[in-house]
Amino acid sequence: MRLKSLVGGKVYSFGSIKEVLGRANELKSGDMMAGIAARSDAERIAAKDVLSEMLVSDIRNAPVVPYEEDEVTRLNQDGVDARVYEKIRGWTISDLREYILSEKTSEEDIKVLRRGLTSEVIAAVCKLMSNLDLIYAAKKMPVQATCNTTCGGTGILSTRLQPNHTLDGIEGIRASTYDGLSYGCGDVLIGLNPVNDSVAGTSEVLKLFDEIKNTFEIPTQICVLAHITTQIEAVKRGAPCDMIFQSIAGSEKGNSAFGFSAETVREALALLREKGTAKGPNVLYFETGQGSELSSNAHFGADQVTMEARCYGFAKPFDPFMVNTVVGFIGPEFLYNSKQVIRAGLEDHFMAKLTGIPMGCDCCYTNHMDADQNDIENLAVLLAAAGVNYILSVPSGDDVMLNYQTNSYHDIMAVRKILGYHPIKEYEDWLKKMGIVDQYGAPTARFGDATIFTERR
Amino acid sequence: MKALGEAAGESAPAPEAESVRENDPASGSMESSRENADDPEGLIDLTSAEYKAGIQLQDPENELALRAMRRATTARIGLGRAGNRPSTRAMLSFRADHAMAKDAVMKPVDQKFLDRMGLHTVVSKCGDINEHLTRPDLGRQLTDESIKYIEENCVKNPQIQIYVSDGLSNAAIENNAEDLLSILMEGLKDQGIKLGTPFFVKYGRVPTMDKVSELTGAELTCVLIGERPGLAASDSMSAYITYGAYVGISESSRTVVSNIHKNGIQPVEAGAYLSELLLKILEAKKSGVEFKQ
Repeated sequence: MRLKSLVGGKVYSFGSIKEVLGRANELKSGDMMAGIAARSDAERIAAKDVLSEMLVSDIRNAPVVPYEEDEVTRLNQDGVDARVYEKIRGWTISDLREYILSEKTSEEDIKVLRRGLTSEVIAAVCKLMSNLDLIYAAKKMPVQATCNTTCGGTGILSTRLQPNHTLDGIEGIRASTYDGLSYGCGDVLIGLNPVNDSVAGTSEVLKLFDEIKNTFEIPTQICVLAHITTQIEAVKRGAPCDMIFQSIAGSEKGNSAFGFSAETVREALALLREKGTAKGPNVLYFETGQGSELSSNAHFGADQVTMEARCYGFAKPFDPFMVNTVVGFIGPEFLYNSKQVIRAGLEDHFMAKLTGIPMGCDCCYTNHMDADQNDIENLAVLLAAAGVNYILSVPSGDDVMLNYQTNSYHDIMAVRKILGYHPIKEYEDWLKKMGIVDQYGAPTARFGDATIFTERR
Repeated sequence: MKALGEAAGESAPAPEAESVRENDPASGSMESSRENADDPEGLIDLTSAEYKAGIQLQDPENELALRAMRRATTARIGLGRAGNRPSTRAMLSFRADHAMAKDAVMKPVDQKFLDRMGLHTVVSKCGDINEHLTRPDLGRQLTDESIKYIEENCVKNPQIQIYVSDGLSNAAIENNAEDLLSILMEGLKDQGIKLGTPFFVKYGRVPTMDKVSELTGAELTCVLIGERPGLAASDSMSAYITYGAYVGISESSRTVVSNIHKNGIQPVEAGAYLSELLLKILEAKKSGVEFKQ
């Protein structure tokens, strides 16, 4: 294995595969804080060159967290299909990149290929991709999943409606939900981030969502994003629930900091199969985001792209209905500006799709980052072009509870219109039935009027 | 369409341009508005509740229901639309609030304000605002010069050390710290508490207080610090209180009073509340999760 490269008259050498993975990343403030980023642009390219000639087997055999110590590594390594791996173990990472991009490689070929890849291999090939590579490649690997309805279909762009409220006020949540529904939002999920992580509060909001879903016969999914153990307790006590949610990390230590393990997820899955309100089979929802491992000192010296890829490796065996990166929520110490956030959003989507995850993105930013609404409107269009399953939407882009900004209810139909996408079929039929859009899917006078839902109450 | 044609060819304002301004008593020629550049008479602040209240969907099916919905949440609902995009006023309102939040993070606290409060500035190991935003680890440490200043000029071993820090919002400090600090200090002095010398830490983070505690030998340390701004409030300040703080103490050892700003807990009210709270914590000799109020 070659661990050095000559760029512009200078030799750059590296001590380990883990070091090469870190130095090969596009510039991220989190990798800088961790002390593992390239120290110059030339060193970054030298690392990419070294990485490009490493073999799939080199990377597979060097997981960034040891197998013996970490259940995320074990789930990932044990899930590799030995027959597929045997065919590709001698490929270089460059060969892998060019195979994925080749017009001779079909969607079906990718479905086979991904069974032989570990998260580190997926992260490695991501580091050799430009932004357009990431968009182009992700577009050819759609991933569908079914809860009550099916997301990820060809020509479909979905959205999660996020009606958060500063005090978990039921009427306020109802108002924001009606507003979003009137804008054609909520086909993949109506999902709330609660202020108070309590069983009673979680149950109350789930009952509200269940009532709205049933009263208006909306073909969608509902969820309250409390801690997984809170949701499990709520479902045990009879709360109506289509899906259980949890934030996940790329190491067992990171998941432990989040207060759960793979066993907790298995418990949630078994419970929903018994007592959940959804048809299924996909009934879990995970959120991720580059940098979360470093923030809980659970990154094991690895870079944030590789740790993010490992989140998808962890998610895969649980067959989730939806996964999204909350890409710009973590702050400027991990992703400094819009350039880094946009890059991370495209990387996360590509890596998840190559893993085989039904991936969405919360295209977002905080007020102490060098970014604004223009930047995440850009990211939404880029990800929609890449075939993202869904993006998030809140009233006018302003989440009054979480104090950050994401896409507006207004953005979703605009992006669908620009790129020729539709909501999930059953949901679009429902919008027509409600008179929110006409028979051609175009907005009517009722579009954007939350009060149309007050007539039947 | 007529207005478009005229605007293209003539220097006189188009009729539509005038009609837009007819609700605006301050409108006049460009000359006169420049002469009275700071005169707010007749202008509505884009960040005000009044401006936001004026942005509403026209002709909803149920006007009463729309009003009730908007009262039920601070979320920006029922605003109407221009095609699949927000109305111009909704867009400007959002961008104005974001601009306030950005400025609160990026602009330094006014030196005149610090002079008036008599606060000497010490600084963390962050060299500029960008380093402050990207290196919280450096923001927790003080420069050698700052350490020397505190060691040579501040009261040693006080019962309570209070200081001010920018954190992630200078506006939080400029709008709230002055009233709060004077009331707090007066209240504690009246109780005969030995107080530390207050100062200002530039580019500070919450755990910087642990270093301050070690340097001053304070029994109890309290920092007034700017929170990460949201669109609803760019000037929210918090008070973090730690008993017996040392570098590396756990975050669960801190008691926090947050949401101090004009639309939250008023600074004057917060000052009175905090002086009582600090006394209770001093008496209990513990803060954070172990301290039950």
